[in-house]
Amino acid sequence: MTDTNHAQVVIIGGGVVGCALFRRFSMSGLRPVLLEAGGDILSGASKGNSALLHTGFDAPHGSLELSCMQQGYREYLAIREKLNLPLVKSGAIVVAWNDEQIQKLDEIVAKAHANNVGEVTRVDREQLRKMEPLLSPKALAGVHVPGEHIIDPWSAPLAYVRQGLAHGGIVLRNCRVTGGHFNGVWHLETSQGEITADLVINAAGNQGDIIEAINRPAPFKITPRKGQFVVFDKPAARLVKAIILPVPTERTKGVVICRTAFGNLLVGPTAEDQEDRIHAAVDEAALRQLVARGVEMLPGLANVDVSAVYAGLRPATEFKDYQITAQPDRRWITVAGIRSTGLTGALGIAQHVAGLYAASFGRLNEMEPIWTPVPNLCEENTRPYQSPLGADIVCHCEWVTRGEIVAALAGDFPAGDVGGLKRRTRAMMGRCQGFYCSAHVMALAEGKIAS
Amino acid sequence: MKTHDVVILGAGPAGLSAAAELKRLGHRDIVILDRESQGGGIPRHCGHTGYGLLQFGRLMTGPDFAKRLVDQVSDLDLRLGHTVLKLEPNGRIQTTGPNGPETFQAQKILLAMGARETPRSARLVSGTRPWGVMNTGALQQFAYLHGKAPFQHPIVIGTELVSFSTLLTLGHVGVKAVAMLEAHARITARRPADWVARIAFGVPVLTGCSEFTIRGQGKVEGVTFRRHGRERVLEGDGIIFTGQFRPETGLLTQSHLELDPGTRGPVIDQLYRCTDASYFAAGNLLRGIETAGQCYREGKSAAHAIHAALDDTLPASAAPIRIEATGALSYVYPQRLTGRGPYDPLLFKARVGEAVKGTLRVLADGREIWSRPINALPERRIAWRVPAVDLSNTHHLTIDLTPRS
Repeated sequence: MTDTNHAQVVIIGGGVVGCALFRRFSMSGLRPVLLEAGGDILSGASKGNSALLHTGFDAPHGSLELSCMQQGYREYLAIREKLNLPLVKSGAIVVAWNDEQIQKLDEIVAKAHANNVGEVTRVDREQLRKMEPLLSPKALAGVHVPGEHIIDPWSAPLAYVRQGLAHGGIVLRNCRVTGGHFNGVWHLETSQGEITADLVINAAGNQGDIIEAINRPAPFKITPRKGQFVVFDKPAARLVKAIILPVPTERTKGVVICRTAFGNLLVGPTAEDQEDRIHAAVDEAALRQLVARGVEMLPGLANVDVSAVYAGLRPATEFKDYQITAQPDRRWITVAGIRSTGLTGALGIAQHVAGLYAASFGRLNEMEPIWTPVPNLCEENTRPYQSPLGADIVCHCEWVTRGEIVAALAGDFPAGDVGGLKRRTRAMMGRCQGFYCSAHVMALAEGKIAS
Repeated sequence: MKTHDVVILGAGPAGLSAAAELKRLGHRDIVILDRESQGGGIPRHCGHTGYGLLQFGRLMTGPDFAKRLVDQVSDLDLRLGHTVLKLEPNGRIQTTGPNGPETFQAQKILLAMGARETPRSARLVSGTRPWGVMNTGALQQFAYLHGKAPFQHPIVIGTELVSFSTLLTLGHVGVKAVAMLEAHARITARRPADWVARIAFGVPVLTGCSEFTIRGQGKVEGVTFRRHGRERVLEGDGIIFTGQFRPETGLLTQSHLELDPGTRGPVIDQLYRCTDASYFAAGNLLRGIETAGQCYREGKSAAHAIHAALDDTLPASAAPIRIEATGALSYVYPQRLTGRGPYDPLLFKARVGEAVKGTLRVLADGREIWSRPINALPERRIAWRVPAVDLSNTHHLTIDLTPRS
């Protein structure tokens, strides 16, 4: 590709879905080229999700979303140990806070069973109290979903990309696709010059309809749905074990409380439609409401500091389901409208798209997998600061060592920007937000990433 | 495992002055742990002058002051690059560092981990999250430890003393702030700090600003805010959130020690003793920010209490009298009195959240034992001594500041 700027497969978008597609097509020997507009992978929608591995118990029955989620769930569990990816087996409880919500619980159990999610049961107030003693006594009843888990939302896609690279794929960062035309072969105009491809896969997330318009009038419109989150500091993670889910209403799925793989605790998201596809701003009023709602549900949060806030943009369309189609005559595959379930669904989506490819464009080989484990950032497993050989801790809030930061800046796929470095190490992401370590971290990064 | 007499956590002004004082009192089995690669604490990166006059008899810069603090205890066991991972009951701590995981056991432990500023996140400030938003502490490290300017045209939020020192720090790396923005109607530091900013630095100081919103995608592009009912936009490539110091209690919140939601620091008695009698605390860990000199004095006082404790001459900490802050007070410390007395004159320190004029009163089980009129401003220490008084049948002290109507 470097010689001719020609690829068999170009994937546009280095979000979690693009990364999983890249892995799948690399492992089939197609040497795909992944184009990411941002300075590093996960620069768009995928940098701000709620980090859950869903069973699909509440997904629309019979939907493509459900089948991708469930396939993705299974594949994640099958490969995670070989890639050194964490799994916090927290389980989830859908909690009803009023009589109207209690009325809906049986329906939730029935839907879960219809979706083939086992072990989903009603719990009464007493059982709920026993499972989560620190939850507000206003919690009346719930549905227990033991298969819902917590994962690391950034290491997983990084592991997918690394595995793809090991299988011969190529990633171009800071490479924005600005246009293109098709004459039997795709000619893509990018910020790094023309790239030609036999096949294009659009996994452009919040830019999905804009990229789609290169191929055809987009049959969907992306309206980014913003979700703001508040991250509470580590003591909060001791207040609750399960993921606390709300009973969904017509408008929103409501506010979730969940621990993170890194030992903090999230409260969010909000759900706000916006036109802006790039800027995910937080706002004080919404954050205060999230804090208040969090304290209302889990009173112990009143005494815990907020360590971080963030907002993510989910690429919602006017359709409920994923928008995944192949246009064989145009040699184009559309992978769009992957809303909030992309982290769970990504590996399943990649399997599904591989199936579409095989049906329209030719057989895919299965190469013997090369496993590329990523560094562990999860408190449940051993971290570098715990090494018996000694540790030189740079980030004192998240206990990130110098060695971890240096490693993330080196190798064949180093962090591409400050955000990428933070996502790969957690440096500067704790309660002090860089008060103690940012100058030190940036000195280590000098000349290696643009600041 | 060896039991040390004293282990001190934090080699800043409080920890190092305590170490020096303990040494003067004849103790040698002292270990001082600090996670940084250099001792001295925050003054290491406060390049401006204003330190040391009372402690060392001459005015010096922060780094010189830090060096003097370290030199005073050069014959003690100062271990750098050591991070404490866990505080356990009865004077046991878990650490890691160059030698890997270690356990330390001490008769007494002094907590002196200092304070840090409140970051943008915990202030719940609106806007995007670009690179270039930081606290003064981080800026100082860029400027004084690495000789770098992380931005060229920053906007300073806040008008505490540290906010004005930021202008000096920026000047050190050849940078001038665009403006200083303050939410309150008057600056927080003492006047004429704002005149100094305007005249000596040419930096406008705007008070009465609200609804800050950060702009910029990859890097900071500026800030919008409201002032006098109108929306204003300021362009800049960095934003410095100054002040609003809070104790660095990452370890304490995960420990068995009781914290005071008001100070955010550990609950202490009049002898700097925590709710586990093997732990003492001093310096900015107690409440956020005071001057290095104040921390130095507290470290010394705590050292005397620890000395007495090692001698077994300190009163037991059972059945304490609780002390509660009410009215316009954000907090008061110490938060409890231990021993039966008679007490020395009791030293109380407090702060208010908003400017208030009123009467400060000390009530023993509801009965007033001391009062005085007061004119208090936010982010300024209120300190006073209450003459020794018989509290033998008292259960509860209330410190109240009722605003004058």
